Amino acid sequence: MLTSIYGAIALGLLFALMALGVYITFRILNFPDLTVDGSFATGGAIATVMITHGYSPWLATLGALGGGLIAGACTGLLHTKGKVNGLLAGILMMIALYSINIRIMGRPNVSVINMDTLLSPIKKPIGLYIAILLVAILLIKLLLDAFLHTDLGLALRATGDNSRMIRSLGSNTDTTTIVGVSLSNGLVAVSGALIAQDAGFADATMGVGIIVIGLASVIIGEAIIGTRTVFIATLAVILGSILYRIVVAFALRVPWLKASDLKLITASIVIVALVLPTVQRAFKQKSLARKRSLELAGVTAAGKGGKS
Amino acid sequence: MLELVKVSKLFNPGTPDEKVALMSINLKFNPGDFVTVIGSNGAGKSTLMNIISGVMNPDMGEVLMEGHEIQQLPEHRRSRWVGRVFQDPMAGTAPRMSIEENLAMAYMRGKKRGLGWGVNAAKRVLFREQLQRLGIGLENRLNAKVGLLSGGERQALSLLMATFTKPQILLLDEHTAALDPARAELITRLTEEIVSELKLTTLMVTHNMEQAIRLGNRLVMMDKGRIILDIPEERKRSLTVSQLLGEFERISGHQLSDDRIVLG
Repeated sequence: MLTSIYGAIALGLLFALMALGVYITFRILNFPDLTVDGSFATGGAIATVMITHGYSPWLATLGALGGGLIAGACTGLLHTKGKVNGLLAGILMMIALYSINIRIMGRPNVSVINMDTLLSPIKKPIGLYIAILLVAILLIKLLLDAFLHTDLGLALRATGDNSRMIRSLGSNTDTTTIVGVSLSNGLVAVSGALIAQDAGFADATMGVGIIVIGLASVIIGEAIIGTRTVFIATLAVILGSILYRIVVAFALRVPWLKASDLKLITASIVIVALVLPTVQRAFKQKSLARKRSLELAGVTAAGKGGKS
Repeated sequence: MLELVKVSKLFNPGTPDEKVALMSINLKFNPGDFVTVIGSNGAGKSTLMNIISGVMNPDMGEVLMEGHEIQQLPEHRRSRWVGRVFQDPMAGTAPRMSIEENLAMAYMRGKKRGLGWGVNAAKRVLFREQLQRLGIGLENRLNAKVGLLSGGERQALSLLMATFTKPQILLLDEHTAALDPARAELITRLTEEIVSELKLTTLMVTHNMEQAIRLGNRLVMMDKGRIILDIPEERKRSLTVSQLLGEFERISGHQLSDDRIVLG
């Protein structure tokens, strides 16, 4: 059990970059970007192909970053300049990337087992592996936090918060959207590259449903530590990603659940997390309105009684 | 200075819903002018503001800023000249960001946004100083999310954000209309103070006739996309609300009809 929890934590950290990417689009830009399903595999494809061709794993991971940035920029361009609906722009890129990824790999999957990867020298012992990953992920998180507090970062955040305002203050919201979606997919692709190096292979279907896992991580994290500041929100996303993996590890140990039920479980987590607050709010609003109406009606009735 | 030359704008051209929003508008601002605008519903007041700020481009005519034609520039490239406060207190600020972050974005109005810190110690001092002028205690809440502020507080912050970089022209789009009387009075007073202190050239749309007469040095009356009267300072000083309404009826041939009009 303990080993599977350690494994879950390590996996959660590797997936955390993907979740941070989803956080940028879904929460900051308010742009539901589905490109991630494609760009995650793009990252894996580029990294594994470059490694099999003898490039250094660092360079291969950097290449994955580049691929993700480009994929995201394409979606951003489609949405802002081509005026394509955001969801559709993401879906189009996701489908296009499926073919592109197979082209990159030359076949549906590429193995890097027994090759030197970014992660192979540090994988054992697992405690140290987790420590190194944690430091690396936190470093990237802090860089992202810093970026989101620069002038450009503020404009990016305002684009999702009040685009009309930031336009009137002189920021081109098309540009900020493209930068944001691009950055998001860059992170997602790096995550894909790391996952492929951890697992020892990349596969054309490795990104299927990744967006929902990202959403689940963001939502779980926010529910537990909240979103008061950017610093806390990004920390929440990382924690959410780890917790999600731990939940999955437990779910897999339930005897009557199959591994293939995982996506259903993930979707259920996201659905509950999305619907519950809405239902709660509506219910609260209604009971508050009823209470206030009763109070006010009571006051008028009393007033009338006094007069007669 | 800002000048509009024969500016025209049609909505839905060539359809049964075709509407003249602006027809051959000429309007020249002198430095330091504070122009109030009144007019019926659909007179083109908001379109006029949108044409100046670049939300819309005119179909014909020129918008000149210090002699340069800017009518084809998009909104974000005109922002360095134009400060604007909207009617909706929610429109001028970003609710999920803090007061100081909102001010930091306004501070960069029209400048290239790079990777420098949005808020630093020096800027924070400046922001606190500026917020103090509003006199509503926002200087002690720099890190509060703007979404937590009341409508009046948000509008005061919007006003500060629109003005503290001294834009060439300040557009006030019925910016007190959505507030309760006490808050509206506060925002009106702050507007007067800030405009006169920074000597801002200002264009203010209002439904409040008394306010239109009391504020500013020029009053412009619009009807059906045209400017039908431009009252200079000397005449404006002795003007009354009933004279103003009578004047409108005489020129336009109909009553000033506006579902939100306030006589003052």
